[in-house]
Amino acid sequence: MAADVAAPPSATDRPWRRRLRPVIGFLTVLILLLVVWEVIKVIGGERWQVDSLLGTGIAIDWQPPFSFPFATDVKLPHTWVIALEFGASDANGMTTLQRLIGAALFTLRNAAIGFALGTLLGLGLAILLVHVRMLERSLVPLIVASQTIPIIAIAPLIVIGLKADWFGVAIVATYLTFFPVTIAALRGLRAYDPRALELMRSYAASRGAILRKLRLPASRPFLFTGFRIAAPAAVVGAIVGELPSLIQDGLARQIITGMQYYSLNAAFLWATIVVSSVLGIGVYLLVVGVESWVLRHERRVETMGA
Amino acid sequence: MDTAPPPAAARHVVEISGISKVFAPSGQGARPVEALLDIDLSIDAGAFISLIGPSGCGKSTLLRIVGDLTAPTTGTVTVNGKPAPQARRDRDYGMVFQAPILFDWRSVQANVELPLEINGTSKAERGRRAADHLALVELSDFANHYPWQLSGGMQQRVAIARALALDPAILLMDEPFGALDEMTRERMNMELLKIWERTETTVLFVTHSIAEAVFLSTRVVVMSARPGRIASVVDIDLPRERTTETRESEAYFHLVTVVREALRGDEATHPPGSSDSRRVAAEGLSG
Repeated sequence: MAADVAAPPSATDRPWRRRLRPVIGFLTVLILLLVVWEVIKVIGGERWQVDSLLGTGIAIDWQPPFSFPFATDVKLPHTWVIALEFGASDANGMTTLQRLIGAALFTLRNAAIGFALGTLLGLGLAILLVHVRMLERSLVPLIVASQTIPIIAIAPLIVIGLKADWFGVAIVATYLTFFPVTIAALRGLRAYDPRALELMRSYAASRGAILRKLRLPASRPFLFTGFRIAAPAAVVGAIVGELPSLIQDGLARQIITGMQYYSLNAAFLWATIVVSSVLGIGVYLLVVGVESWVLRHERRVETMGA
Repeated sequence: MDTAPPPAAARHVVEISGISKVFAPSGQGARPVEALLDIDLSIDAGAFISLIGPSGCGKSTLLRIVGDLTAPTTGTVTVNGKPAPQARRDRDYGMVFQAPILFDWRSVQANVELPLEINGTSKAERGRRAADHLALVELSDFANHYPWQLSGGMQQRVAIARALALDPAILLMDEPFGALDEMTRERMNMELLKIWERTETTVLFVTHSIAEAVFLSTRVVVMSARPGRIASVVDIDLPRERTTETRESEAYFHLVTVVREALRGDEATHPPGSSDSRRVAAEGLSG
């Protein structure tokens, strides 16, 4: 019989070009953001005086026509001031960048543990709920309610209750992580083809076999959508969890420091914000990468985002 | 897998007796639907039986009742001397649906291994048997492909290999080639006959193509609608070896006409002149 296999991808659709496109898009948006930032400074910031721009001898003395209250040098430092802040050294001779990366890695560890626990909890809960209908009706409103309590209210309870160590922090991350996973899994575990269930029934497959061989694999695209939300949420959870615990090693301590010294050096707070954002984007991209590897054999569909 | 069946069951793989199916009314004011009424049918070992009839005649429902995917309202189905639910638990069925229903995340080989995994077959044995069945449907070269890389006809052949993986007592096929184009369908018919010849399996085949039913079957069961009943049974006495010439033979055309008239004879507005079709229908009922 004829070997009528799907045609190979056409030349216009080179993989490296397709992969590069979102990166270029992201950089474009980032540059645009920086330009808008500086344009605001030019229009409504503070007087800007430079004797010699980057050693070229070009002198700048610019008085913006307007004076926006939010665009002062304290509230909205020049982008390069924030960039230079990363290179500033503290009393111990560590640069801000080194300090923040160390703090970010500490926070990342708790976020990762929280994400792992939250994923297990969320998935386990969803598996339980899809098998016991009665539980779903009674438990889901409770699960939703759990997420309406502000995390800053519940974080001290958990962290102090668990003796304020890193594990309590991870639990706060878990608390923020399990919900999107549960919701995605509840949907995903029902997303199988009903005809495939008939097929499994014709083989007299047990509930366990149906779960392992049909429901879980079929739920993966949905699960990864949940993971994409859960991973940055785990980072937020870890930072918020660190606040009441007075843990010194994480990003929360750096953010508090930034807040305390805001009027003296706002650039440091901005630097912590940049590092926190990069961490969030990083874990998101990690999930996207794992997703495209795990689902590499599935029917090719356009995925959103990076 | 099974103990030796009693002698009576050795002759008939499937024994359908007094099957009726009434679907509960859907919504207020709706009346219950009588899908099937008093169906009796025996299927010999090695037979190829087609169920044909207008849509709504319950042919798919009958197939699903035989496969224990739907419970009958009354009556019994015996497969290999066992009640249908027991036969399903003993994994005596191989099912092929209109859609291939392959799992996207499994390679072709892994799809064929699925029933063997559920069955608890060892890994080595699974690989061997899946390879054998892929060879049977002539897809050995595509074992490591994924379903989306195959054409519709090839996907359906994978589904057939999967259905045969457990060496079932009966292969239940619900319009398996209904979604394929005419050319592919005829090619698949030839393939299926070859497979049937080699495996000596028993087939219950639902179709709404008269040509397909006559070409493939040893017997064609013609059903009528509302309520679903067996209107006529047409024995297909064509030589067992069927080729493309079979489709052009006079005997084939005659049988197609007989089946067509049996189907037409079921219409309520039956013209008084065509006594021939009535005779066929009556013969079928008595036979």
